[in-house]
Amino acid sequence: MSNSLVLSLNNLSKRFGTVVANDTVSIELHRGEVLSLLGENGAGKTTLMNMLFGHYVPDSGTIEVADAKGVMQPLTLGHPQAALNAGIGMVHQHFTLAENLTALDNILLGSESLFSWRHNRKAARKKVSEIIERTGLAAPLDEKVGNLSVGERQRVEILKALFHDARILVLDEPTAVLTPQEADTLFENIGAMTKDGLSVIFISHKLREVLAFSHRIVVLRHGKKVGEIATADADERVIARMMVGADTPTTPRDTQTPGAPVLELDNITVKGKNMRTSLRAANLVVRAHEVVGIAGVSGNGQSALAQLVSGLISPDAGEMQVDGQQILKFTPPAMLKAGIGRIPEDRHHDGVIGAMSVAENLIIERLQDPAIRKRGFLQQKYIQENAKQLCKDYDVRGPGIDADARLLSGGNIQKLILARVFECTPRLILANQPTRGLDLGAANEVARRLLEARIRGAGILLISEDLDEVLALSDRIMVIHDGHLVEANTDDRETIGLMMAGEQV
Amino acid sequence: MEVLQILLSESFWNATLRIATPLIFGVLGALLCEKAGVLNLGIEGIFVAGAMAGWMAVWLGFGLWGGLLVAAGVGGFFGLIHAILTVPLGLSQHVSGLGITMFATSVSYFTYRTALPQVSSPPRIEPFRPLDIPILSDLPFIGPVLFQQTAMTWLALFMVALVWWVLNRTPLGLAIRAVGDNPDAADAQGLSVYGLRIGAIIAGSALMALGGAFLTMSAFDSFFFGMVNGRGWICIALVIFASWRPGKALIGALLFGAFEAFQVRLQTQVGAAVPGQIFLMAPYVLSIFALVIVARRAEYPRALLKPWFKGQR
Amino acid sequence: MIRIEPRETPSRWWTFGIPVASALLALMLAAIPLAAAGANIFEAYGQMFKGIFGSTFAFTEMLTRATPLIFTGLAATLAFRAKLWNIGAEGQLYLGAMAAVAVGTGLIDAPGFILIPLILVTGAMAGAAGMAGPAYLKTRFGADEVVTTLLLNFIILIFLQMMLEGPLKDPMSLGWPQSSPIVDAAVLPQLIPRMRLHWGLIIALVAAVIAQIMLSKSVWGFKLRAVGENAAAALHAGIGVKRTLMSAAIVSGAVAGLAGVSEVAGLRGYLTTDLSPGYGYTGIVVAMLAGLSPIGVVISAIFIASVFVGADTMSRAMGVSSYLADLVVAMSLICVLVGGFVARFRIIRTNKGES
Repeated sequence: MSNSLVLSLNNLSKRFGTVVANDTVSIELHRGEVLSLLGENGAGKTTLMNMLFGHYVPDSGTIEVADAKGVMQPLTLGHPQAALNAGIGMVHQHFTLAENLTALDNILLGSESLFSWRHNRKAARKKVSEIIERTGLAAPLDEKVGNLSVGERQRVEILKALFHDARILVLDEPTAVLTPQEADTLFENIGAMTKDGLSVIFISHKLREVLAFSHRIVVLRHGKKVGEIATADADERVIARMMVGADTPTTPRDTQTPGAPVLELDNITVKGKNMRTSLRAANLVVRAHEVVGIAGVSGNGQSALAQLVSGLISPDAGEMQVDGQQILKFTPPAMLKAGIGRIPEDRHHDGVIGAMSVAENLIIERLQDPAIRKRGFLQQKYIQENAKQLCKDYDVRGPGIDADARLLSGGNIQKLILARVFECTPRLILANQPTRGLDLGAANEVARRLLEARIRGAGILLISEDLDEVLALSDRIMVIHDGHLVEANTDDRETIGLMMAGEQV
Repeated sequence: MEVLQILLSESFWNATLRIATPLIFGVLGALLCEKAGVLNLGIEGIFVAGAMAGWMAVWLGFGLWGGLLVAAGVGGFFGLIHAILTVPLGLSQHVSGLGITMFATSVSYFTYRTALPQVSSPPRIEPFRPLDIPILSDLPFIGPVLFQQTAMTWLALFMVALVWWVLNRTPLGLAIRAVGDNPDAADAQGLSVYGLRIGAIIAGSALMALGGAFLTMSAFDSFFFGMVNGRGWICIALVIFASWRPGKALIGALLFGAFEAFQVRLQTQVGAAVPGQIFLMAPYVLSIFALVIVARRAEYPRALLKPWFKGQR
Repeated sequence: MIRIEPRETPSRWWTFGIPVASALLALMLAAIPLAAAGANIFEAYGQMFKGIFGSTFAFTEMLTRATPLIFTGLAATLAFRAKLWNIGAEGQLYLGAMAAVAVGTGLIDAPGFILIPLILVTGAMAGAAGMAGPAYLKTRFGADEVVTTLLLNFIILIFLQMMLEGPLKDPMSLGWPQSSPIVDAAVLPQLIPRMRLHWGLIIALVAAVIAQIMLSKSVWGFKLRAVGENAAAALHAGIGVKRTLMSAAIVSGAVAGLAGVSEVAGLRGYLTTDLSPGYGYTGIVVAMLAGLSPIGVVISAIFIASVFVGADTMSRAMGVSSYLADLVVAMSLICVLVGGFVARFRIIRTNKGES
C-alpha cells in the first residue's frame, strides 16, 4: 500500500435549516486504501458523500483531490461534473441506472460529446472488457439493465465508475442488497481494484464487514467525526460504542408459549412477473404470542409475501387461513376485517397520504366503522378526539393533528402507522421492514410495540433485510430464497446466510 | 370489389401519404418530448400556431422555406414555455400542456383576426407543389404515389430517419433516453437533466409546428379556424400506439392516413346509405381503439410525467 | 446557484392571494395584445368594465355566462381531485343537452315540476355515461383518460351533427341543423323578468355547495381525496380505488351534463352545434383558478365570464378581436400554475460560503 494522499476533506460543515448534518468533518484517504465510514442512520454519512460528489454545496470547508500526477488540487464544490472529472466515482445505495437501456449504454452514458454524430462503441466495449478482465466484475453488457440481477446491476454501477477513470470509489452500503456470499465476491473484486491503485470509501453499518475488509475506520455520530482507528486495532465492541455513544439497551423480551395458529399459508404459489413478486408453494404458520422472522436478501419474494398478506394480490394456487378461517377474497378490506394489521415497507408511498391530515390518516383504515361514519358522513368530533388520544399514546410529534402528514419526520410517520395498526388490536401483524431508515430511538420504540403486541397474544410476521433485527426479535426464523420459504431451525448467522444464498443446509 | 378498386388506385396511396404527413411530424414531435420524460399536450395548439405562423410568414413574403422556419421557431417558443413550466418548475404536465394549447390557439386566432380584421374569404398563398422528378415521377404507380408528393412529405420522411438516428445512434439520443428513463442516472454522469429535457421539448414542439404548417402550406393554401380539428390529440394516441419508436410511429401515421383516405373514397361509393358522420367519427374511434389495445403492454418511458428536481432524491 | 425548496406550511394568504393575483396579472397582460392591435388600452379596459357593470342587463348577462362555467368548473374539480383527468366536459355537456332535447321536445307531456327534474336527471345521466366510458377504459385497460376524453369530444360533436340532421332535427328549421324547441313546460324559468338569467344559475350554485360539503365532510369525499393524493396508500388502506375513480367519473360527467341541460333548457331553447363555445375546456381553467375548491369555482367562473362578456362589449365598441378573451383565459391558467408553484416552493439563491 502506497502512502500517498489522494483525497482530503477539510473541516466540512453543512446544515439543513436547524439540523446540523455535518460539523467540521475532516477525512483523509490514501492510494490503494479501503476506508470505512461508519455511523447510524442520520449520522451524516450520506450528506458528507453528497458534498464530495457535488450534489450539495458545503457551508464551509474545502475538498482536495489528487490529480493524475498525484498532486493535490482543490475541487470545485457543488459540481458533480467536477467530481467526475477529478476521478471520483460513486455507487449509490439506490442504483442510478436507466433500466430501459443496456448495461453498456449505461456505462457509456455521459462519456462522449453530446454533439458527436455517432457512438464509438468498439473502443468503449474494448475498454470495458479490459476492466472486467482486470477486476472480475462480470456483467452481461448487451442486456437491458431492467433484466439484470441486483448483484449484476451493482457491478454495472462499479464498471461505470471505473470506465470514467475513477481513482476514488465511494460505495454506499453496497452489501445491503447482496447475500453474504455475493458480498464476499464483491470484496474480492475490491481487493483486485485496490491492488491496481484504486482507493475506496466504504459506507456501511455492518461491523463485521468493516472489520474484515477495510484498512481504516472513521466513525460519524450526529454529524461529527467521533473516532478514527486502524482496523487492526479495532474490535466490534469498541466500534459499536463509538457509533452509538453508549452501550445500546437491548430490547427486553421474555419467553412466551405460542398459542393457536393465527396465520397459515398452505402451499401458496404466486406467479409474479419476476423473482421479486413470486412465491413457490410456500408454507408458513404464525401462532399467537409468536414472532416469525423472514430473513432473506431483498427481492427473493418478500414483496409477494407482504402483498399477499396485505390483500394486494391473490395467490395462483394454495390456501391462506387467518384464525382458522379460510380467506376467500384477497383484498385489503378483507384482510383488515380478518384482523390483520399491516405495517407497509414503504411508509411514504403506501403508509400515509402526505397531503391529508394526521387525524385523517389515523382513520383511513376504519372508514366503515360506525364511530367514524354516520349516514355517509365523517364524524369530525370523534376523529379529532381519536387523533389527540393516539398522538399522545404513541408519542406522534409534529405540527399538530390537522397538519399534513407529509410534514412529519420518518420516525413519526412510522409511529402514526403503528398507532393506526395497534389501535385495532389485530390478531396478526405484518411488519415489513418496520425499522428501515429510522433512528435508534424510533427503531427501539417499534420493536417494543411489536413485542408488546406479542405478549397481548398477537402473531407477528416480521419481514426484514436486516438479519440482526430478525435475530433479535424473532421466536422462529424462516428464510426466503427465490420464492421458497424454509424453516431455519437455528439462529446461527452463518447457516442462515448460506440458506439466504439458496444453499441446502 | 369496390374496396379492391380503391386499394389498387394510385390516388388512394398518394392520399394516404399526404394525409399521414402532418401526423408524422406531430407523432415524432410528441415522441421526442415523451422520450425525454415530458408529455406535451400543447401539441394541438402548437399545430394551430404552426399553421398560422407558417402561412402568415409566406403571405408576408418570407417564402415557403422561410415560412417553415418561422413555423418551427414559433413552435419552439411555445415548447419553451411548456418546458419552463414542467421541467424546472415541475408543474402538472397535463394542465400545463392544455394551457399551452389554449394559449397558442388563442394567440394564433387573435393575431390572425387582428392582421385580417374584415376578411370573409382568407387570402391564399402559393403552397408547396408536388415535386416533379424526371423519370421517377413518371414511373407507373410508384411515380404518382411516392414521387408526386410535396417537399414537406419528403421532409417528414427524412425526419423519421433523423429522429431514429439521433435517438438510437448518437450520444445525444442516449442521453435523452436516459433522462426519460431515470433522470438520476443521467444526473449522476454529470449530464444536465433540465437542459436535455428542455431541448427535447423545444425540438419536439418545432416538429409539431411543422405538422401544422403542412396544413396551410401544402395541403391547403390558406388558414381556417378549427382546421387542426384534433389532429394533435390523435398524434398523442399514436405515440402510445407506436410504443415510442420512430419507425412504428411512421407505420401508425401511414395506417391512419390509409384509413382516412379509404373512408373518404368508400363514402363517395356508398353514398347516402350511411350518414357521412359515421366516416368522420371513425378516425377518433380508431384512435381510442388502438389506445385500448396497446395500453397495457406499452413500454412507457419510466420517468414520463414525473417531475425531477435537482438535488432531491 | 439556485435551489428550490418546498415551503413547510403554505400560508392561508397564498391559497386565496395566488389565484386573485394570477387573474389580475392575466388581465393586465392583455394590454400587450391590445396595444399590438392598436387599441387605446385605457378605453379598452373601460369598455370591458362597462360591459360587465354598465347596466343590470350587462351584469345578468355575465351571470348567465357564468352558469355553464360553474357546472363545467365543478366537473373538472371533482375529477381532478381524484387525479382523474376529465378533459371531456365539452362532450359531456353536449350529451346532456342532447338528452334534454330528446326528452324535452314533446316526447313526454307533463307539467313543469315533473318535466324539469326529468330533463335534469336524463341530462346528468347522459353526461355521466360520457365519462363512465373513459373511466372504465382507464381502470380496466389502462387507457389514458386524457387522450380518450379529448378524442371523445370530437366523436360526440360529430354524433351531435348526425342527430341534428336526423332524429333530433327540427322539421320546421328549413334545413338548418338545429333541434326542435324545448316545450314550454321544460324550460327553466327566468330569474328576473326580461333578463336572460335563468334557474340554471341557482342549480349551479346548489351543486357547488353540495360538492363542497361532499368533498370535505362525506366518506365519499374522503375516499376521493385519498385516491387523488396517493392512490397506492389508499389501496393499501382498503379503499376501493377503481370504484372511487368510477364514482368520481360519473359525478363529474353528470355535472358536465347538467351544463348542457341548463344551456339548452334555460337559455337557447333548442340545440345547435354551437351551443358551447368551449365551456368544457374553459371549465378546466375555472377549476384550476379555483384551486380545485367547489366554492372557489363559483368565484372564478364569475371572473372568467366577466372576461368573456367584457371582451365581447369591448370588441363590438372598438373592433378588437374578441379572441382576446380566450387569450386572457389561457394566460390566467398559466399564471395560476406558476403562482401555485410560488405558493408551494420558494426559490433560494445560494452563494458559496452562505446557506
